[in-house]
Amino acid sequence: MTERPRLAVVGAGPAGLAAALAAAARGVQVTLVDAADQAGGQFYRQPAAALGARRPQALHHQWRTWERLRDGLDRHRTAGRITQLTDHHVWCVARDSASGAFAVHALLGPAQEDGVTVRADAVLLATGAYERVLPFPGWTLPGVVTAGGAQAMLKGGLVLPGRRVVVAGTGPLLLPVAAGLAAAGAWVAALVESAGPGALLHRAPALAAQPGKLAEGAGYAARLLRHGVRTLARHTVVAAHGTDRLEAVTVAALDRDGRPRPGSARRIPCDTLAVGHGMLPHTDLAETLGCTLSGTAVRVDAEQRTDVPGVWAAGEATGVGGAALALAEGHIAGRSAAARLRGTAPDPGGWGAARTRTRLRAFATALDAVYAPPAGWADRVPDETVVCRCEEVTAGEVRGAVDSLGAGDLRTVKLLTRAGMGWCQGRMCAPAVAGLAGCPLTAGRRPFARPVPLGVLAALPETE
Amino acid sequence: MNPRELTRARPGPARTVTFDGRPLEALPGQTVAAALWAAGVTAWRSTRDAGRPRGVFCGIGVCFDCLVTVNGRPNQRACLVPVRPGDDIRTQEGTGRDDD
Repeated sequence: MTERPRLAVVGAGPAGLAAALAAAARGVQVTLVDAADQAGGQFYRQPAAALGARRPQALHHQWRTWERLRDGLDRHRTAGRITQLTDHHVWCVARDSASGAFAVHALLGPAQEDGVTVRADAVLLATGAYERVLPFPGWTLPGVVTAGGAQAMLKGGLVLPGRRVVVAGTGPLLLPVAAGLAAAGAWVAALVESAGPGALLHRAPALAAQPGKLAEGAGYAARLLRHGVRTLARHTVVAAHGTDRLEAVTVAALDRDGRPRPGSARRIPCDTLAVGHGMLPHTDLAETLGCTLSGTAVRVDAEQRTDVPGVWAAGEATGVGGAALALAEGHIAGRSAAARLRGTAPDPGGWGAARTRTRLRAFATALDAVYAPPAGWADRVPDETVVCRCEEVTAGEVRGAVDSLGAGDLRTVKLLTRAGMGWCQGRMCAPAVAGLAGCPLTAGRRPFARPVPLGVLAALPETE
Repeated sequence: MNPRELTRARPGPARTVTFDGRPLEALPGQTVAAALWAAGVTAWRSTRDAGRPRGVFCGIGVCFDCLVTVNGRPNQRACLVPVRPGDDIRTQEGTGRDDD
């Protein structure tokens, strides 16, 4: 028997799972590497097994799809076609330019003190995305969490951040987060969305091409009504209040130009603010490999190949578009990798997934336009507001670096102010710093995707 | 309604941990952050510069705001680290090291 080619899939969310299943079914030996203790990614994040949840689907959407993915993974694992590595935090993927072989370097969780290396003939990056939150006064108070973070803690730990919650920001994630928190017993005092219903109507053709997605949104809206959740469209949170923890937020209506209407501010008492302004792709591993980006996402061709030989990418890492798009891209990427590793070409004509991908990408582009942060948001961040949460750099300091010292890009602002130099390496503050500096949000060019103990680096063989 | 009722969870027996010396009950499988949230605690770090309180922000291991000291080891992400019986969880002041 000839040896099966080896594919390392990084990320076990919808894209990574779809890719792993497609490749494993076509003669590839797959290693599925993921940081969590169970497959699912953020979208299908599962409660910890020891919590004994007998009805986890109560916190989920599209559970049938998850069951299909989970059962497929189990079948391929049993058959030895997929090796699943949980609690593996990948910090770097290296390509040997002579042989074209890959080394996937990971830290073993949860301690992340020891390293391990997975060898492969090709890699498929399904690294997902994280949330973008734009700063406002009080956003560093305990009790202010990202919308996705509140959802992750609920899905994974079966806990609520507080009793009285405001969900705010912009984007399609806010609806399921508010609906989930309400179903789990939180009092959702308001859903505050800066986009207005008019913006949705302007994009009607592209949105109407996805009736299923619109019905999904309508379903969440109906659930919110049932829970008595008040939706404030074309509103924004202008400040969070409290001394050592959140006590209230001030919300204001937005005018046609995206500015808060004078006199419209009102205070809503709450112990939790779940806030988000869209998602950003995780591209560190791709960047270190030398893959070209398009904006903030990994650039791929019709087969989901990056421009580095042997490297595929799928899902949110190649552009944020939701779980259904991630599944289609993952499937295409897995099929392509299987064919190319055998020295053949995949048959794109037979791909229903390619048509799905085209439709869902158009839908995502339309949503992006609808859910853009309000114009001029950066000008309204007060000077004293902390922008870089790690290094405690204020908006005024960033403006000083731009106005007085001539900084025109993220890197120069970082060197002058330390914004982006801390633990999170600018993942949280880069969108805000870019907005304040008036420069494009560019990828961070981080050689390592996460902090690595020196002992792990020292233990690597010299050739790497 | 609460999340455990909603998902019909039957967790194993709770284990005792301490937070700044105070005993807390934590469920098996929960992260340190989830156990603290369940006990009504939302802050367990003070920042290096201004000494401001912080807790969970991103909830998925990206932002490092939820750093905490567990069993004497600082800079653990509370949203990732599972709670173990007897854990000594402490508010992390600054860098969490004596030379701060």
